Amino acid sequence: MSARGSGQASRIPGAGRGAFGRNALGRGVVLMYLSLLVLIPLSAVVWTSTEGGVAAFWQAISSPEALAALRLTFGAALVVVLINAVAGTLIAWVLVRDSFWGQGFVNSVIDLPFALPTIVAGLTLLVLYGPGSPVGIDVAYSPVAVVVALLFVSLPFVVRAVQPVLMELDRESEEAAASLGAGPLTIFLRVILPSLMPAILGGSGLTFARSIGEFGAVVLITGNIAFETQVASVYIFGQIEGGDIPAAAAVSVVLLAFSLLALIGLNFLQDRWTRHED
Amino acid sequence: MSGEPVTGRVGRGYRAALAGIALLLLAVGASGCGAAAQEGEDNLLMASYSTPREAYDGILASYARTEAGSGVTFDRSFGASGEVSRAVEAGLPADVVGFSLEPDMTRLVEGGAVAEDWNEDEYRGMVTDSVVVIAVREGNPKDVEDWDDLTEPGVDVITPSPSTSGGAKWNFMAAYGAQRARGHSEEAALGYIGDLLENISVQDKSAREAMQTFIIGRGDAMLAYENEVIQAQQLGYDLEYIVPEETILIENPYAVVETSENPREAEDFLEYLLSPEAQRIFGEKGYRPVVPEVRDEFGYREPPGLFTIEDYGGWETVDEEFFGSEGSVTGVVEERGTGG
Amino acid sequence: MKTRLTLRTLALGYLGFLIILPVASIFWFTFSDGLGTFWSSVTEPDAVSAFYLTLIAAGVAVAANTVFGVLCAIVLVRHRFPGKRILGALTDLPLAVSPVIIGLALILVYGSGGWFGGWLAERGILIIFSIPGIILATIFASLPFVVREVAPVLREVGIEQEQASSTLGASPWQTFWLITLPSIRHGLTYGVVLTTARALGEFGAVAVVSGRIIGRTETLTLHVEDRFLAFDLTGAYAASVVLALLALGTLFAMNFFNREEKA
Repeated sequence: MSARGSGQASRIPGAGRGAFGRNALGRGVVLMYLSLLVLIPLSAVVWTSTEGGVAAFWQAISSPEALAALRLTFGAALVVVLINAVAGTLIAWVLVRDSFWGQGFVNSVIDLPFALPTIVAGLTLLVLYGPGSPVGIDVAYSPVAVVVALLFVSLPFVVRAVQPVLMELDRESEEAAASLGAGPLTIFLRVILPSLMPAILGGSGLTFARSIGEFGAVVLITGNIAFETQVASVYIFGQIEGGDIPAAAAVSVVLLAFSLLALIGLNFLQDRWTRHED
Repeated sequence: MSGEPVTGRVGRGYRAALAGIALLLLAVGASGCGAAAQEGEDNLLMASYSTPREAYDGILASYARTEAGSGVTFDRSFGASGEVSRAVEAGLPADVVGFSLEPDMTRLVEGGAVAEDWNEDEYRGMVTDSVVVIAVREGNPKDVEDWDDLTEPGVDVITPSPSTSGGAKWNFMAAYGAQRARGHSEEAALGYIGDLLENISVQDKSAREAMQTFIIGRGDAMLAYENEVIQAQQLGYDLEYIVPEETILIENPYAVVETSENPREAEDFLEYLLSPEAQRIFGEKGYRPVVPEVRDEFGYREPPGLFTIEDYGGWETVDEEFFGSEGSVTGVVEERGTGG
Repeated sequence: MKTRLTLRTLALGYLGFLIILPVASIFWFTFSDGLGTFWSSVTEPDAVSAFYLTLIAAGVAVAANTVFGVLCAIVLVRHRFPGKRILGALTDLPLAVSPVIIGLALILVYGSGGWFGGWLAERGILIIFSIPGIILATIFASLPFVVREVAPVLREVGIEQEQASSTLGASPWQTFWLITLPSIRHGLTYGVVLTTARALGEFGAVAVVSGRIIGRTETLTLHVEDRFLAFDLTGAYAASVVLALLALGTLFAMNFFNREEKA
């Protein structure tokens, strides 16, 4: 999963000149591909957002509707990060330290949200937890629906980040702590949690970045009510459709900035934590 | 991650798989070009707002049986009225466009995509009419009979969002105009819109999405096109509707796009839309046909207080005064929308 | 023991309500009308063409991103040049970009009023509102996975064998086929599976650039939404189930290769 490999030390044994050391062509192709697909288009978004000057940019992101959408987006993303950190760690724990019938199945289910198209995820949630719900739970068209949809799509991030760390965790220190009379809670908080922290943080960073940008899973279930359930990505979509491209670009830039900050910030925290632990 | 380095020859299967991928890439590229080149002369793309979709299924089928229509194939693209208009403006290669309201056409006229004289025919460029109605659930459990009941506490109202949906603008103008028609002042009418907003729980992007929301069980009442409700009834959904005594006449414009590569075929099709057959199909799907003889076949009752957008200065004025960034409805949305 | 049981119940309950029940319910709703309805929904011409378009877009995206991903990983791991970290960050960027923003970005560059769009349009090349735009959006969204999976493996295997091979007179191309590729096989496969999953399921980016011409530029995910909005819930569920089955296939492949990797 995408959480893999993040937060690894940057000294790499394989660096240096191999068979492809002098191949500038490869570098050129890579740069070209990335430029045409990613760099130039994203620059166009940033460019467009500032076309009308700083004042126009500010006006676009501080319009009441945009502000409400951004507030909901970040609020929901933070709630999702918190729930996911706890639930993800719990699930990873149960998958690694517990054993029960059907564990393999449960383990595969974790990746389902990643494989399942988001629009299908949204539809399934709407069918089950919308009006006419067969289980009698109706959260559709409310901020709760946003949180549920985001929890669905971001489930794998923390679980898949914590799981391998937990597997490799040395159990001797736990046993030592237990023999010194520490209770299970103390052991978890003092011994296990610190080693899991970088993984939890890494997973949370991805959760946050994913949550603030999610579209497919939330679009059907939120009902697009301005000021209430309209998240930023749906707002941007509406602005594109409504033809107000500069406003769409301005809000996009805010989202981009925050997801980048989240990823960079968490990388930094992870680094520091790892060093601290060492 | 695997610890030991894997060495040895690449499996034959693996190499074959990579070669396969490369071939696929080539094949797709080639087929893409082929498909583009193949696009026959007589293919029309009709881009339209979403409500008349089912009517078109019937109309296209019957058009194919006419002389002008045989040999013409159609692609269809549906979305919220404003969305379709922007898409055509941004280069969606449509031949015929249909909108829920005139400003979406005006935008294309200004951009040069639609001829200035698009509305100079007998029906002023309009192909269908309808009215704004109040849809309720079977048996009308909340006892909604009129505009005033929509602002009662505890009545959950659905309408699409006026920022993307043409239908929503019709709805809000119907609500506003009904208040004015009853002799209330402009302020009182806007106050009514504010009260209404506080009862609105879902604002979808398009009229179609709003109907979907209502059908799957959200809301007590919904402001909608009459034709949309009739169609939902025809599909077997248990809805009822009230035509208020004062409501607005909805008129839906159609035109040929100037950049069409098949302008003649597109014109022929537009003409066909006004033929008795096509008008009858529109009528069967719940629209009020614009051609009087066909309209009479359906026996729609005309509400005594029916008014038109012209009564408020036409769309250009209305768009600016009510829905523009300084517009009065926009102001009410920002002020009261945050409260609820 | 009691804590363990509580934790297990909590975790399974959470998963049950969040993932298993919703996904099971979509299967339930689809097949409660019988297999015939399902079959007629998925064999409807619009559904079939959406299915093919999804396969084409995903196929091209996977192929392009596989070639690019391997190349990029080699460049990132084996080359030294200024700005390398930036390049690395750039490849990861699509993970952090909202699908809607991907669509917007592509419109701004390749749309008719965009930076390159006008030039392309004069030459009769339409990107936005046609298949190339859908493919570009799919490539963008699924770009990072192969690089992310291959680069660490490449780092781990080191360069000794590659050096030995070229010392013995093998051309770089031979070295790549005989040494490098076999060593990154597992990472690459896993990356390809992840790319496939994302490419098949992309919705937001495609929704912005597609123009939704029914039977022409509608992918299967757009078809799901389209059916939903056309009051055709059966059709929406049926297309969803097809996508869910594709997802389950991908999931199976993911587990399979993961296990192989660990073994």
